Order: sequence, then C-alpha cells, then structure tokens
Amino acid sequence: MGSGQLLQYLFAGITVGSIYAFVAVGYNIIYSATGIINFAQGEFVMLGGMLAYSFSRFMPLGIAVVLAVLLTAAFGGLMELVFIRRMKSGSVLGMIVITIGLSLLIREGALAVWDEQIRALRFFSGSEISSLNILGARISPQVLWVLGTTLAVTAGLFLFLKFTLTGQALRACSENRRAAKLCGIRTERMVSLAFLVSAGIGALGGCVVSPLTQTHYAMGTDLALKGFTVAILGGLGNPLSAVAAGLLLGIIESFSISLLPMAYKDVISMVILLVILVVKPGGLFGSSRAAALREY
Amino acid sequence: MKKTVLLLTALLALGLGSCRKEEDTIKIGAILAVTGGASFLGAPEARTAEMVVEEINAKGGILGRQIELIVKDSAGNPERALSFAKQLIEEDQVTAIIGPTTSGETMQIKDLCESLKTPLISCAAAEAIVDPVARYVFKTPQKDNYVAEWIFGAMNEMGISRIGVVAANTGFGNAGMGQLVKYAPRFGIEIAAAETYDSAATDLTAVLTKLRARDVEAVVNWSIVPAQSIVPKNMKQLGMEVPLFQSHGFGNIKYVEAAGAAGEGIIFPAGRLLVAEQLPDDHPQKANLVAYKTAYEEKFGEAVSTFGGHAWDAIMLTLEAIRKAGSADRDAVRDALESISGFPGTGGIFTMTAADHNGLGMDSLELLTVRDGRFAFYRN
Repeated sequence: MGSGQLLQYLFAGITVGSIYAFVAVGYNIIYSATGIINFAQGEFVMLGGMLAYSFSRFMPLGIAVVLAVLLTAAFGGLMELVFIRRMKSGSVLGMIVITIGLSLLIREGALAVWDEQIRALRFFSGSEISSLNILGARISPQVLWVLGTTLAVTAGLFLFLKFTLTGQALRACSENRRAAKLCGIRTERMVSLAFLVSAGIGALGGCVVSPLTQTHYAMGTDLALKGFTVAILGGLGNPLSAVAAGLLLGIIESFSISLLPMAYKDVISMVILLVILVVKPGGLFGSSRAAALREY
Repeated sequence: MKKTVLLLTALLALGLGSCRKEEDTIKIGAILAVTGGASFLGAPEARTAEMVVEEINAKGGILGRQIELIVKDSAGNPERALSFAKQLIEEDQVTAIIGPTTSGETMQIKDLCESLKTPLISCAAAEAIVDPVARYVFKTPQKDNYVAEWIFGAMNEMGISRIGVVAANTGFGNAGMGQLVKYAPRFGIEIAAAETYDSAATDLTAVLTKLRARDVEAVVNWSIVPAQSIVPKNMKQLGMEVPLFQSHGFGNIKYVEAAGAAGEGIIFPAGRLLVAEQLPDDHPQKANLVAYKTAYEEKFGEAVSTFGGHAWDAIMLTLEAIRKAGSADRDAVRDALESISGFPGTGGIFTMTAADHNGLGMDSLELLTVRDGRFAFYRN
C-alpha cells in the first residue's frame, strides 16, 4: 500500500469516525450529568440536518446551520424540561425507556413534517464533484469542514469543562450529584444544560456531515447504535474520550475494509469492542474505579 | 349502564354497516413498506395504489362494485409482512394482495399465498420470486437478470472488461450481486472486486479506494438505498473518472438531486416511465405512462418514480384480471392474471404465461442516463 493509499484510508476513517464522535459526545455529556443514556441522541443529528436543509432554501447556508443548531439545542433543553425533569422518582432505566420513546416520536414526527425522501445540504465549499489532493490522497473539501468542526467542538468542550465555572459545575455533577448539590450547584440546571449542549453538538454534526452522508428521517437509529458503541468504547463520563474512541473506531473500520471484505467491518469493530471491554471494563479512557461507582 | 347500551348499539350498528359493505365491495390487500428503510419505494407505491383505486371507484368501480384497498405498512420487515398477509387472507378475505415492496418480504410470504391460494402481485424485483414459478405468485418489476444483461451489453460496447461491484446488503442488493457474478463470464467481463455494504452506510470512500486500487474500468452499484447517491459523490471526491453503472433501483429523481453534479453521466437500465415524455407518440406504452405520471405528479406534487410504477402495474393488472374473470373469486382472478396478454403497463408490455409470471422481456428496459439533472435516453 502506497503512502497516498494509506492516507486515503486514514481520511475515510477519520470522516466516518467524526460522525460517530458527534453522537458519542452527546451521549457522554448527558450521561455525565444525569446517568442517563439518551437514545434520542441520533435523532438530534437527523433534526440538525433536516432543519438546516429546510432553512437553507430561504437563507444563506451559514445562518441556516446556526439556526438549526440553536433550534435543536432548544428542543433538547425542552425535552429535558418536559419529560426528564418530571421523572423525579424515576429510575435510570425508566428514563432510558423514555428517551427511546422520544426517539421514536421524533422520528415519526420527522416523517410527518418532511417525508421519506433523502435530502442533502449544499456543500459548504465546492460541490459534489470537487476534490482536493492532499499528499496523494483525494478528499472532498467537506471532509475538511467535518474535521475542522470536530476539532473545534473538542477544543471548545475541553476549555469549557476545564476552565469555566459552569463547566466545572457540570463535571462536579457527574462526579457526585449529591455532593455537587450540597456545594450549592443547581444540578437541575446542569442537567438542562447537558441536554441543550448535546442536542446542539448533535445538530452541528448533522449539518456538517449532511452533504456527504445525506439526511433521512430514519437515520438516527443507526447512528445512535454506533455512537453508543463508541461512547462505551471510550469510557462513559468523559466527553473527550468519545471523540478519540470515535476516530479510532472509524480508522479501524476503514483499514479493515482495505484488507478484508467490507461485510466484515462491523464484526471486526464489535470484536475489538468486546476485547477492550474485557480488558478494560471502564472503556479505553475511563477509569474502572469510577465505572464501578456508577448507578448504571 | 345507559352509556354501555348506547356504546353496544353503536358498535353493533358499526359492525352491521361494515358487514353490508363487505358484500358489495371487492377487497384488495396491499402490503407495502410505507415507512422504514424501504420507504422511498413503499411510500410512492402506496400513494399510487390509493390514487388508482380512487380513480377507478369514481368511475363506478369494476363489475359495478367499488374497490376497497386495505393498505398495511410492513416497514420493510419480512415478519410483519407475513403476519399482515395472514390477516389479509384469512380475516379480511381479500381477492388478491399487491406488494410487498421488497424481495425479502415477498419471499417470506410466497409459500403462504401459494398454500392459501391467494394471488400475490409483488412489487419487488428479485428473479427468485417467479423462478421457480408458484401458481399464485406474480411480479411486476423487470427481472434483475435483464438488468445485469443490459449493463454488461453496454460495457461490451464501451470496451470495458474489468469492473468493480458494490451492492447493498439487502435482498435486492444480494440478488443483484448474484446476477452480476453469474452473467459476467458470458459477456467476457472480469469482476475484480465485489463488496457489499450496510444498507445504512453513509460513507463509502474506503471501499471505493479499494476498488480504485484494483484498477477497475467501471463501477457497478446495485442497491435501492440512499447509498446510490453517496457512491457517485464519493467517486468524484476520490477523483475516480471511470463510468458508474447503477441498477434499476436508481429510478427516483430524488437520488439524482441528492447526488447533484456527481450524478451526471450515471448509466442505468430502467423502464420507460422516467422518460415518458421523450418517447415517440406511437409507442404503445406512452399514453398510460404519461397519464399516470401527470396524475401522480399533480396529485402529490412530487416526481414519479419507477417504484410507484410497479404498484400501478400491480393494481392495474389485478383489476384487469378481475374484469376479465368477471368475478372476484381468487382462483378465477389467478387464471385471468395468467392469461393477460399485451397489457401496456409502466414497466413494459405484460404478457403472462403459465411459465412466466412476470410477463416482461429484455425490451421492457431502456438504457438511461442523467443529463443536466434529468433522466434521459443513454443513446439518442
């Protein structure tokens, strides 16, 4: 395999991995704050793409994307306010079931609002047929947008969680919700914020990948499953680990295609996941001590 | 108490009402994937069937009786298709069933319809549906081996001998892949790489990189899923300049729109519905094609697809058979279906025989391409 070829597979892997990462980050943020696995996470990605597509017909692409992200984020926050917050005595499992129900609801709603057809957002720069040559590998300019956005989201999230008071409060919530509350952190607000942020990130992901992967009302389910795998692989509770795990899985899948028939792609990634979970039950980057303390 | 009595009376009246209705309507079942992964096919099929039945009923129905179409949404799931088929045959006592949408679903209910002696007119493509022939099972889309032969014929003309094949991991994709592998040697074509991808695949650059490394002279993509628009985009992004052939599953203008500029020049065999206006006026199919296309596009505000056409054929063939049989008796309708000859549908001109329950030949297809974002004849 030449270096151009190698790079080509690497780019393909990173592109796919970024998509996984967008979903997995969302899982992680919400899990950190609440202990819930939000199975409607894939639907946020779908909503982002769909809304941006509809808006982009009346306004410049940039504004359409921002609007779609804000609207989806607001939707995520609203979802928490209306459904999750009221389940005060609800078990974690009960809340997970609620999120599955909501994902069905959002999907069917999207089918009613839009239809069963596929849609694709315009390319942010260039078009369907533009191709850049980077060290012998050919990629779409949109791939750079995807990579750039992944990088920006990761960096932004890192700075937010590490250096802002709100970010630290969110982390405190994930460490120990009770203690956080005793310290005067308004944990309900943190939970709302978690839903808001993860819906927004999902939607942003949905927008940047739409030109490449297309948007379809039922796309959320598959994404949610893959994203969940990645979140577990990285170790739940650490949003940044999700990004690393997503990229890793994407790259592994891509190189497995280079050697073996594509049909084995998912088998390979699942075997790797199982091996990692046996060796490191807390996930690649999670601590097993922390994992043992969690409710779920 | 009073309320209960009232409710019971209402229910009874409702029951009686529907009983009366049962006597004078002809019931036809439809199992279609209106939602789910195959909804790009099933939804236009359901809309078409409902539109046709509405039109026929407005004109007084058939044999002086109204048609009652019972549509069941299988969501593309073979198990659901099976339970709906049982329900339609045993509880609803339908005369015939149109659909299901996909090959996998059809194969799942083929034996049931055969053993319960109910005509099934499938909207799915796989050759296995009518080969071996089951007495009660018919299908309207062109057989997939014709499509493979058309593609290879074109390649021979273009001097292409080394190709790469990708197909979706669905009943349709697997059947198509089988046909391509089977027919390639007869046309002297070597398949250098054959890969299947998940039907929900969103990025195929990795697998196309692999094809490119094998120096293929053309790529064939066989699927019905949205990946049909992703493959051309990914190819252009990789700088692959070899021609892309697709199956008849590409017969939906939405896929062309989603592929944008990358869709230009894709070659695929399909029925004539997509290019109805471009047919010569004396073509026997033209009147029906244009009539269906105009009616559908006016009513639903979206472009017609070959899939809706398969449902149009299925319901029209069923109605034609009922008219010919002079009754809604299942066996009489089956016999009439088998004797249909020269019926101009959207998929081609149907001539059924005891040995051929598809009734379409190689000439039911045309080689089409995408030119300026529209479907056009490949050869002018």
